[in-house]
Amino acid sequence: MSGEQARKLTVLVAIWALLLLAPYWMPPLGGYTALGTRVLVLGLAAMSVNFLLGFTGVLSFGHAAWFGLGAYGCGLMLKFIALSTPLGLIAGTVLGGVMGGLLGALIVRRRGVYFAMVTIAFGQVFYYIAFQWSSLTGGDDGLRPFSRQPLHLGFATVDILSDATAFYYFVLFCFALAVAIMGFILRSPFGRTMLAIRENERRARFLGIPVERHIWIAFTLSCFFMAYAGSLYALVNNFADPRGLHYSQSGDFVIMAVMGGMRSFWGPLLGAAVFVVLQDYLSSVTINWMSFVGLLFVLVVLFFPRGLLGVIRRKSEA
Amino acid sequence: MTQLLLFNVTNGLIIGAFYVLMALGLSLILNLSNVINFAHGGFLVIGGYIAYTITPYVGFWGALLIAPPLTAVIGLAVERVLIRPLYGRDPLYSLLLTFGLAFIIEDGTRFIWGAQGKPVTIPAFLAQPLSYEFFFITGYRLFMVAVVLFTVALLFLLLRYTRLGIRIRAGTLDLETVSALGVNVRALRSLNFAVGIYLAGLSGVLAAGQLGLEPTMGAGVLMPSFIAIIVGGVGSLTGTLLGGLLIGVASGLAAVFLPAASEAIMYVLMAVVLLIRPRGLLGEEGMMT
Repeated sequence: MSGEQARKLTVLVAIWALLLLAPYWMPPLGGYTALGTRVLVLGLAAMSVNFLLGFTGVLSFGHAAWFGLGAYGCGLMLKFIALSTPLGLIAGTVLGGVMGGLLGALIVRRRGVYFAMVTIAFGQVFYYIAFQWSSLTGGDDGLRPFSRQPLHLGFATVDILSDATAFYYFVLFCFALAVAIMGFILRSPFGRTMLAIRENERRARFLGIPVERHIWIAFTLSCFFMAYAGSLYALVNNFADPRGLHYSQSGDFVIMAVMGGMRSFWGPLLGAAVFVVLQDYLSSVTINWMSFVGLLFVLVVLFFPRGLLGVIRRKSEA
Repeated sequence: MTQLLLFNVTNGLIIGAFYVLMALGLSLILNLSNVINFAHGGFLVIGGYIAYTITPYVGFWGALLIAPPLTAVIGLAVERVLIRPLYGRDPLYSLLLTFGLAFIIEDGTRFIWGAQGKPVTIPAFLAQPLSYEFFFITGYRLFMVAVVLFTVALLFLLLRYTRLGIRIRAGTLDLETVSALGVNVRALRSLNFAVGIYLAGLSGVLAAGQLGLEPTMGAGVLMPSFIAIIVGGVGSLTGTLLGGLLIGVASGLAAVFLPAASEAIMYVLMAVVLLIRPRGLLGEEGMMT
């Protein structure tokens, strides 16, 4: 085993140890378990954005739409059709992913800022639908009431509704599942092709790679991950909010990814942790938290464009 | 029914004229500098509030003349300090920066002027309806449309015949060559940015007279302006003009037949355009890719 591999393994073990033990080390530091759950879910969403942004080099600024669709899919399933947490997750993931895939086919030939612009505008469509269709979605008030259901494993029942720690571990399990699939895809030949497109699209095209199709697949996969995270978010809050589909939410996800480090796999999770904790703190101490969040955007862009992990990595190389 | 229809079409045209003014500014900045200015709505708000603040001293006409250039000066400072370092980097960064800036501007105006809506008084003779039958055509609305028409005509003349305008158009096509020919590209970008922000400030003053002011009003016009650009075709200012009017009228018409869809219709229009003619109505081949 080379030094590089050993270092990677150590980091991986450290990350998972931190995540697994979070319910034990967070409360003494002033956190609470539900905050950890939120970090996991939003971190997964930021990682899904980064799957496209950091590893394919395609900027979608409307990804909150798929996140929100996932949340509504999950909520509608639990409210109207079946009282089952796994079914809710599946419904949300499929709804958001399929819609994302369909729209992706329409816009996949755009590039750069134009791609970003079209994704923002289309993302807003779903915001308006959620906002206007009050009879189904609850409109401005959001979708409620519904709640996550205890898990029946055959031999035992896990109460994830009232037991915050049990729910944290359930979310961590779902998170691990998604992250494993994401990591597997990125290591596959397809993942390497994504990197090739990011590095030099023209060269990839000359090599005979069907660039449009690959970007569409990457976009669709990212939408599925995003919708999955959104479904989990509905379970976290027992509530689906139209603001979860708004483009400002997309902006939050992108800044999490950038702040943590776009070029790294785990960066967005770190970015999400910083963002969630900061927002939680700011909104409790000042009514002008919007200015501070805006300032965070400006500062990150001007001084940390490579993200926190990018800075650390550069320091350790120097 | 005819009157209702006429009412809403007029409404749509007036709203469309607004979108045009906003979208043209956005489009100028996007075409030359490859920056999606998310804070464009914020500059509209700044223009409006400056007008509100100075109206008691200089009157509405004075505010109409002074507020937009003041907004442009603020825009110039923002461009110089915050956005200039980002040219040549991934457009992602300028997008995120202006996105954060929009937050700061919205919160800042709320902090300075309060969250309550503020009215801007317009001259009495403009506030009167022109006739009893067409009560919705007030002098102010006609005046607004006239100002927009005049400004747009001026802008197109500027771009067509002046040295600055020709350089901006050339820079849109190939900035590197323009730079190689000895044009100061930095100054060109700054001036171009200022012109765009001037238009946002002007829409702010006009909107203030019609609707009053609120810190959140900037976010509301941003999306329609994006759609106007996409529908009209990125890279074509005439397209943006057409796109703005089109979505304005479309949402006006939708308000008659299906009120809930008056916002959604713009997006439907955009989807249809992207499906049938991906580069937009007047977009040039290759600009969108």
